[in-house]
Amino acid sequence: MSRRITLFRAAALALGFGFLYLPIALLIAYSFNASRLVAVWGGWSLHWYSELFRDDKFRTAALTSLEIGMMAASLSLLLGTCAGLAIARFVRFRGRFLFSFMLMAPLVVPEVILGLSLLLLFVASQAWLGWPASRGVVTVTIAHATFGACFVAVLVRAQLAGFDRSLEEAALDLGARPFAVLWRVTLPGISPALASGWLLAFTLSLDDLVVASFVSGPSATTLPMAVYSSVRIGVTPEINALATVFVSVVIVLVALAFGLIARQERRRTAAG
Amino acid sequence: MEIAASPFGLLAMTGWLWGWRRWALIAPPFVWLAVFFLLPLGVVAAISLAQSADTIPPYTPLFTHGPNGLETQATFDNYRLIAGDLHAYVNSLIYAATATMLCLLVGYPIAFAIARAPKAWRNPLLFLVILPFWTSLLIRVYAWIAILQPTGLLNRALRAFDVIDAPILLINNNFSVVLGLVYAYLPFMILPLYGSLSQLDESLVEAAADLGARPGRAFLDVVLPLSLPGVAAGALLVFIPAIGEFVIPDLLGGPGTLMVGKVLWQEFFDNVDWPAAAAVAMVLVALLTAPLLVAQRVLERQRPA
Repeated sequence: MSRRITLFRAAALALGFGFLYLPIALLIAYSFNASRLVAVWGGWSLHWYSELFRDDKFRTAALTSLEIGMMAASLSLLLGTCAGLAIARFVRFRGRFLFSFMLMAPLVVPEVILGLSLLLLFVASQAWLGWPASRGVVTVTIAHATFGACFVAVLVRAQLAGFDRSLEEAALDLGARPFAVLWRVTLPGISPALASGWLLAFTLSLDDLVVASFVSGPSATTLPMAVYSSVRIGVTPEINALATVFVSVVIVLVALAFGLIARQERRRTAAG
Repeated sequence: MEIAASPFGLLAMTGWLWGWRRWALIAPPFVWLAVFFLLPLGVVAAISLAQSADTIPPYTPLFTHGPNGLETQATFDNYRLIAGDLHAYVNSLIYAATATMLCLLVGYPIAFAIARAPKAWRNPLLFLVILPFWTSLLIRVYAWIAILQPTGLLNRALRAFDVIDAPILLINNNFSVVLGLVYAYLPFMILPLYGSLSQLDESLVEAAADLGARPGRAFLDVVLPLSLPGVAAGALLVFIPAIGEFVIPDLLGGPGTLMVGKVLWQEFFDNVDWPAAAAVAMVLVALLTAPLLVAQRVLERQRPA
């Protein structure tokens, strides 16, 4: 391979990652800007962070989002794991076609439609059944768990495809019941998919503006909803500070999670 | 087959060993998705046939008790309106297609470079590609507003270097919407492309070179055709979500940016016309799930019984 091509590759990587990261880097840099004007550098300052931490609106919204995110991710994990196992393990059952359609469709249906359809369902069921009495944390959690479960199912299914079936067979041959095999062989074996599935569902919930805007009520404002309403009014450095906090937390969490998964994989390959 | 090595294995695979208990696994997600995904689409379909009204909820009932018993007020007016003005759909397809093409052009060299990088670098580089996806889309779009707006960083930089005299319009137009789409969806293009390119046998490229093919020729005749599955997967992963996107056309687009997601949002929140929003949604659902149904049928047929 000629040197020219290596240069080309280096340039592709530099430009590509520059494009991906420059906006985020600028966002972080200007969160330390003393000036109110976004594009004028007025010296270093932590002013916008103290402003942010004094702002009740964002703190309440962040707590609401965390609460919804954790509940929705756990529910997604439960439902998605069942679904992924069923689709991967049970080759034939009544309703399999509909089942796999319902698992795939939420991945291609736009958020505006998921949000609108769930809201119309909640409004209709409120009129007929009296439930849900009001919309808020519970309705947003249900909505997020619905698409979160589909993403978890995809990950579980993918990991099961590479899972060594003979381990399950051995357990069965040794007399373990199917649920015991599931609990003690299969689930530990797909734990990386379960961990990344929970994390993915959590992130999707934390990131979602559109669905939450539809199905939430006045009692619950999620973080993206709070950010969106202030971004619509105008760009303020407070959002830069918020974004910096958010991005740092995400980077630390995701790096930790991937580090853990990588270590586990290494340990397994070393043991195997 | 290896799985059938033990009689228990075969039974476990077909689910027979599980008996009724397999429904304990199938039923919870099945019922959940039926109630919170399929049923809501049915409700949308029903309300798309209603008319908007100044009531709570703001639409007319589909059935009323009249002098002749049950009468229906269902109407296809909302669909007629959509059929008369398909601008939003056509525009969404154009925006999504443009963004997909640009993602391919930008993403291919990156995916290629990662696939040919030293082995120890590949996973960290891939991690860096995925990382922005884990941070909020809203925040990433917001970052571009700060860069592109008339008093933003790019205009200031261009003026500081005397490239332009007056601020140029970089935001709230087609350019900024496509830029935002490419920026947001680039990782979805790079990952499947990398998947294809990393499995590509390097000796094929060397063989082409030995047979006298220049690097460009070898790329077009060997590398590109073998990476087509990745290209197709990446294109789908970008194109499909881009069609229904709301945040990007709303924050980076202008009043003239007509995309289905934004139109639906405006019908619902600004015009409070729920039936019109429902009809827009139904057409889009049909547009997006029809290919999925076809693909699924084909896949299920291929599955050995």
